[in-house]
Amino acid sequence: MTVAPKREDYDVVVIGAGPAGLAAAATSAEAGLSTLLLDENIGPGGQVFRAISSTPVTDRNKLGADYWVGADLVQSLRASNAEVIHRATVWSLDRNLDIAVSIGGASAFVKAKRVILATGALERPFPIPGWTLPGVMTAGAAQTMLKSSALVPDGRTVIAGQGPLLWLLAAQILRLGGRIDRILDTTERGNYVAALPHAFAFLTSPYFAKGLSMMREVKAKVQIVSGVTELAASGDGQLASVSYVAGGKRETISADLLLLHQGVVPNVNLAMSAGIEHRWDDLQLCWSPMLDANGASSVTGIAVAGDGAGIGGANAAAVRGRIAARAAVEALAPASAARLPAMATLRADLAKAERGRVFLDTLFRPAPQFRIPSGDTIVCRCEEVTAKDVLDSVAIGATGPNQLKAYRRTGMGPCQGRLCGLTVTELMAQARGKSPQEIGYYRLRAPVKPITLAELAAVPKSEADVKAVVRG
Amino acid sequence: MSTNVDAIVVGGGIHGCSTTLHLCLAGLKPVLIEKDYAGRHASGVNAGGVRQLARHIPEIPLSIRSMGIWEKITDLLDDDCSFESYGQVLVAENEEELATCRARVAELNALGFTHEELIDAAELRRLVPAVAETCPGGVVSRRDGAANPAQTTTAFRRKAEQLGATVREGVAARNIRHSDGLWSVDAGTETFAAPVLVNAAGAWAGKIAADLGEPVPVETVAPMLMITSRVPHFIDPVVILRGRKLSFKQFKNGTVLIGGGHLATPYQDRNETVLDWKSLATSAQTVFELFPVMRSATIVRAWAGIEAKMKDDIPVFGPSSRHRGLYHQFGFSLHGFQLGPGAGAVMAELIVNGGTQTRVSDLGIDRFHPATL
Repeated sequence: MTVAPKREDYDVVVIGAGPAGLAAAATSAEAGLSTLLLDENIGPGGQVFRAISSTPVTDRNKLGADYWVGADLVQSLRASNAEVIHRATVWSLDRNLDIAVSIGGASAFVKAKRVILATGALERPFPIPGWTLPGVMTAGAAQTMLKSSALVPDGRTVIAGQGPLLWLLAAQILRLGGRIDRILDTTERGNYVAALPHAFAFLTSPYFAKGLSMMREVKAKVQIVSGVTELAASGDGQLASVSYVAGGKRETISADLLLLHQGVVPNVNLAMSAGIEHRWDDLQLCWSPMLDANGASSVTGIAVAGDGAGIGGANAAAVRGRIAARAAVEALAPASAARLPAMATLRADLAKAERGRVFLDTLFRPAPQFRIPSGDTIVCRCEEVTAKDVLDSVAIGATGPNQLKAYRRTGMGPCQGRLCGLTVTELMAQARGKSPQEIGYYRLRAPVKPITLAELAAVPKSEADVKAVVRG
Repeated sequence: MSTNVDAIVVGGGIHGCSTTLHLCLAGLKPVLIEKDYAGRHASGVNAGGVRQLARHIPEIPLSIRSMGIWEKITDLLDDDCSFESYGQVLVAENEEELATCRARVAELNALGFTHEELIDAAELRRLVPAVAETCPGGVVSRRDGAANPAQTTTAFRRKAEQLGATVREGVAARNIRHSDGLWSVDAGTETFAAPVLVNAAGAWAGKIAADLGEPVPVETVAPMLMITSRVPHFIDPVVILRGRKLSFKQFKNGTVLIGGGHLATPYQDRNETVLDWKSLATSAQTVFELFPVMRSATIVRAWAGIEAKMKDDIPVFGPSSRHRGLYHQFGFSLHGFQLGPGAGAVMAELIVNGGTQTRVSDLGIDRFHPATL
């Protein structure tokens, strides 16, 4: 069934139904603003609460209590009168707050007085030798299968990388009876020392106890190799083995499946294509939008909430969604703002939810060799460009990611740089002795997700456009 | 302290880069000042059409001169610029349009130009097998083709620098002034001085001309383009339509570039454009009708480059009518890319020799301002 938006204009359009988007849409609708929530997935939840209303996993312990928090957010949204459309891919947003959205193969245009972007996070690229082989996938992709279909690996499985989500996934796989042969932990030893000064805040954060027990649970069942400093996948057209170096010793193990994960980064494509200014975050090693305390971006009327605003986790995301929505209510219907929790309360909630984040960011800062590849390792999958290709182009004058397009077409494939952008920025920055901020990022353009020519051709046109124009 | 050079070129588009290179070839030491980087705007992001076809008559001699350079572009730049020559075809969608084509070719022939050739339905189908059956013919310019615009502009810039040009990117040319026969221009913390100043600043050139007392009727526009995912090879030449705004080109990798001159809204001060998807939808619909093979292709990206469009659609090219040592090279009005190589060569001749064999007299700024020199 295809449902087009009911109106052409809304007070607030929220994009993305993860924790930030769910909370933002519910808040905005509760205050009486006409609210449209557009989400790409088949149901609410985003990645963290994926399939929250439909998962076949019914034993609550298996996905963990945190997962089921999503059900409350969905409940509040459903209790509000926000209009919600799933399987809706927003493919264009511009600074006039014109939104183009594809729903069931047909595109529609809507206009908003305020837009709240809650497009969440993407997994950071993990460009090791062999990462494009069939049999190598991201932990996030594995988690998607697990949450939506209760599918878990049953072949020889290796998980490599670092970060809280890696341990969460491992625990979820094990609880659902999946197989994990080894976990290769790539956390740099120096990070433990660097993170120490931030440990107190983390110890008092809600993540601490849960994180610790989850790691214990996994460590009881799987062999963990820590201090991994090199990693490569190999095989002839299909993953056959994983080799790694830990403590100076190289080892190769057979594997059918390698799950890679080294943290998540904001999904900035839609925000950047709308012209929102971003800056390089030296701690999280990614681009984050420049926002004020309410999440308002450099483009008037567009706010960013959730992990798309800088990685903060699900609890922080929901609060950021409420803050951005409250700011929209204050601007559009000030009288109704009184119905909502006070801004000071929300900011206190946010501070609490963000506690311990610096510790996690410092501890799980990925090592340079896993972010900045060399030699024949593929950087851009769409155009099959290697690290050496990029460096060769720098040598003959490519100064940044946009110039590199002319030499190598990096970032010009269907993924629009989602899988190579950070790698290209950091690789070029290193090669040119500049900061990532100076090197910059791809200029992103709509459609941020491809649409078919037939779909675009079927879009309603204005009278003037249809008139044939005679070439001068 | 200012640095003395032989010429200051403002603007690192294909025109500024080409002129800089040709000045180097003539033995001069120019400086090129570009506020962003070479090819940042229209020159780097246009459709890459290398087209003599369907040009305004006053610029045909310059276009033909340029074509000769394009055909030996690798010799000039040590870079093939991805130039390929499969011709460009203008498609007439009905008999009325074909009659217009016929008259146009006859007019060119009478003037001595033979690059445009009238073709019937059979030849059209041979050149463009995928075109809709109903099209009765068109015009072909067989030596035409296409190149990669960013690669080309970058290659001109690189070669100019190799031959001794000073290139300053990321700094705007400011405080342009003239005294004692020398032009001085600030670029960041530096100042350059030269007897020759070339205004090749694209969408920013009109303001430079106006500030120097030579305002011209020019506006800033941003023609939109979009590119598809890879589809099986089905077309070689660049195709443009006689009656509707559409140009169409398939690259070697299978992607198809769809353009034709629908405009985005430019925000020049921010280097930004906002696309007009309803107009792009019109282009998509035209492709849908004419090339059924394209119907399932996906649109991967759309964009627009900022450039200058003259009211009369003809560039401003040649010496200033007010100031000695000032030369204009802008306002190419959505069709300047192919002209770049030739225009740089001719501009260098005008600067170094004081004249050229290529007829460019109809392009001068004196069509707006009678010469006072």
